[in-house]
Amino acid sequence: MSTLLDVDDLRVTFPTRTGLIQAVRGVSFSLGRERLGIVGESGSGKSQTGRAIMGLTPPQAEVTAKKLAFDGIDLLAASPRDRRALRGKRIAMILQDPKYSLDPVMSIGRQIVETLRTHEKVGQAEARDRALAMLEAVQIRDPARVFDLHPHEVSGGMGQRAMIAMMLIAGPEMMIADEPTSALDVTVQLDVLGILDRLVSERGMGLIFISHDLRLVSSFCDRVIVMYAGKVIEQLAASELGRAQHPYTRGLLNCMPKIGADRHPLPVLDRKPEWAA
Amino acid sequence: MSDLAIQSRRDWLLSERPASRMQARLGRAYVAWRRFSANRLAFLGLLIILALLVVAALAGVLAPYSPTFGDLKGSRLLVPSAEHWFGTDDLGRDILSRIIFGSRWTLYVVILVAIIAAPIGLLVGTVAGYAGGWTDAILMRITDIFLAFPKLILALAFVAALGPGIENAVLAIAITSWPPYARIARAETLTVRNSDYIKAVQLMGASPFRIVLRHIMPLCISSLIIRVTLDMAGIILTAAGLGFLGLGAQPPLPEWGAMIASGRRFVLDQWWVAGAPGAAILIVSLGFNLLGDGLRDALDPRSGDQ
Amino acid sequence: MTLALSVDRLEVVFDRFRALKGVSLEVQSGESFGLVGESGSGKSTLLRAIAGLAPAASGTITVNGKRLGTRRDKAFYREVQMVFQDPYGSLHPRQTVDRLLQEPLAIHGFADGEKRIQRALDEVGLGSGFRFRYSHQLSGGQRQRVAIARALILEPSILLLDEPTSALDASVQAEVLNLLEEIRRRRKLTFLMVSHDLAIITHMCERLMVMQNGEAVEDLTADDLVQRQVTKDYTRNLLRASEGFVRT
Repeated sequence: MSTLLDVDDLRVTFPTRTGLIQAVRGVSFSLGRERLGIVGESGSGKSQTGRAIMGLTPPQAEVTAKKLAFDGIDLLAASPRDRRALRGKRIAMILQDPKYSLDPVMSIGRQIVETLRTHEKVGQAEARDRALAMLEAVQIRDPARVFDLHPHEVSGGMGQRAMIAMMLIAGPEMMIADEPTSALDVTVQLDVLGILDRLVSERGMGLIFISHDLRLVSSFCDRVIVMYAGKVIEQLAASELGRAQHPYTRGLLNCMPKIGADRHPLPVLDRKPEWAA
Repeated sequence: MSDLAIQSRRDWLLSERPASRMQARLGRAYVAWRRFSANRLAFLGLLIILALLVVAALAGVLAPYSPTFGDLKGSRLLVPSAEHWFGTDDLGRDILSRIIFGSRWTLYVVILVAIIAAPIGLLVGTVAGYAGGWTDAILMRITDIFLAFPKLILALAFVAALGPGIENAVLAIAITSWPPYARIARAETLTVRNSDYIKAVQLMGASPFRIVLRHIMPLCISSLIIRVTLDMAGIILTAAGLGFLGLGAQPPLPEWGAMIASGRRFVLDQWWVAGAPGAAILIVSLGFNLLGDGLRDALDPRSGDQ
Repeated sequence: MTLALSVDRLEVVFDRFRALKGVSLEVQSGESFGLVGESGSGKSTLLRAIAGLAPAASGTITVNGKRLGTRRDKAFYREVQMVFQDPYGSLHPRQTVDRLLQEPLAIHGFADGEKRIQRALDEVGLGSGFRFRYSHQLSGGQRQRVAIARALILEPSILLLDEPTSALDASVQAEVLNLLEEIRRRRKLTFLMVSHDLAIITHMCERLMVMQNGEAVEDLTADDLVQRQVTKDYTRNLLRASEGFVRT
């Protein structure tokens, strides 16, 4: 399996009034054309890892790594212009809430067309056809109607599908999805994941799926990275999750209520300081 | 004091686990102060205003001459010199002394207007915003009526009706400057009235009066303080404008606007007579503006985690 | 057993949109009852209508045998309290924990405020170290504990819980759910709990109602769900979705 993304010793540091805060503290992994899940609770650094790869870290923060390479391109050495060109064209990102990531005053169709035309030289008519095809590919039943709608006129699930369509239109090779379904209802969540799953495997993309939901990630991804306090504490195949070694991973799996498991009180995590060491 | 003592006091103030009500409050104030004092221009503004306060308080000591009596025979319209730093006016009065005493009147106007206008605006705005419906419609239409007139014109009308004089000028300015405060307070109230924390207080069984007074008003106060500070410059200018038109402070009061008015007759030949009070107005207005900008950065609830 | 809460054919209308279309339910004293549904199902609206935060267009709400009018009196708030979903939005940003807890005591004229605040903080596992903090100095789980302490300080008999853990991390969620169960047992409280998560509802409640589009879909017991004895397709879909993603 060819390596798409190579991350070695990634660190993200934020300056604050009281000193430096390390959000990501030496994360290493590699991604092929597979589905990789990054799981962690708030403050684990999972989102900052995704943002650092994407080049969306806030300017006051410092990103360092021994290696941060996408398809052989050193991302940290690349010029802002080259990184912009990569973003959207070869690497795409989906965020949690489509309400905030779509432009509220532009129709959905136009946003998709604009995205496509930023990255490829195509005519207006062809761009429109491809946008419509893409909307159809994310299982929007009436693409021509949705094309002309504005983001506030569609439901959350529809908005997230449109977002996926926009992100996939330029045919990226890698996608980072940061909590893509957390704002959606459970049934809609599965539809959107189904679409994402099909498109990723059809196009042979690499996917980084960032989420707090260990169960969802393990049912969706091939491989799972568990993060805690800015570090990777466990890496394992999703099917092996039941045999997780680290007490944090096991605790995280255990503390969720399950239908049919009558556990009162629920087991809680006993956080050990050495996990963060 | 040793560095260690300073360090430990700072830790006490910035503590994430305050042990008393006092410590929590002081810690909060300290964080706002740090944010404020990091802004150099705002600090300059604060210094100007502090200087104004000191000058006003010690006017009797600082002023070298009487502000109201001059030497008509020997010192009319003197050029600035070592004896009279800012020169003298047409009645032989020392302009520096008049400006020093004038600072009292400036402060008097500014503080009275703030004390009258800000609470009215706050009350009207929060009540309108929280009550909604008819109360809101009526209160805000009244506010609109006041807003529809240019400030100076409305103030002129009031002074014309009440008679000239500095108290009436203050009243007139206060009456014309509360509507923007009501607007701000209402806008702020609308953003918080549907928040869960206000809902939670409703669920405690709190009366609407209590909710507005104890839970909504404290949230509006910082934006109001900012706005009032920024408006101070405008208030000074309006007061000076009324003084200039002869409708504000009456002679021989050393009010800056009135001083400019009386100096305008010789502005080409004896420029300092009007120029000195003009510069004073400029500097104090600038001070209030800089202070207001700094306060906005330090107090604005939307910036940072405060 | 006595009825703690009964809702009969309740309708709530916002600007001609019928958010609740004649929903009825009965909760026994000491019982924990769950409302499950997706967004727009009206489950939160039902909770808010009971609390008096959403206007009832028609229908009746009865609490401990007393039928409620459109206005709630102080006595009602000593019987019924609520915990909100978002711990970041339900605490006043400019008030310390101390001030937040004092407010209900001041409104209801309790004299022994000091003792009650101390006890409430201890009960939710925070202790006095948190008493003078502002909400921005607290984590999400700590905020939710403060919100629970605030709801309990008036010693209500019925607690309305609006997705109390959906904004929290899984490990913190477990702690808060345990806390709620413990408090309910100790104080013999009646719970009415809203959640989109079937697993949480079956864990916390004995009976539940599935809602969709402002209507009741079906009434179930937690055991029915465990046994998969559901009659409606909608509930079956929810059950399937709660098991995670299945590749087709």
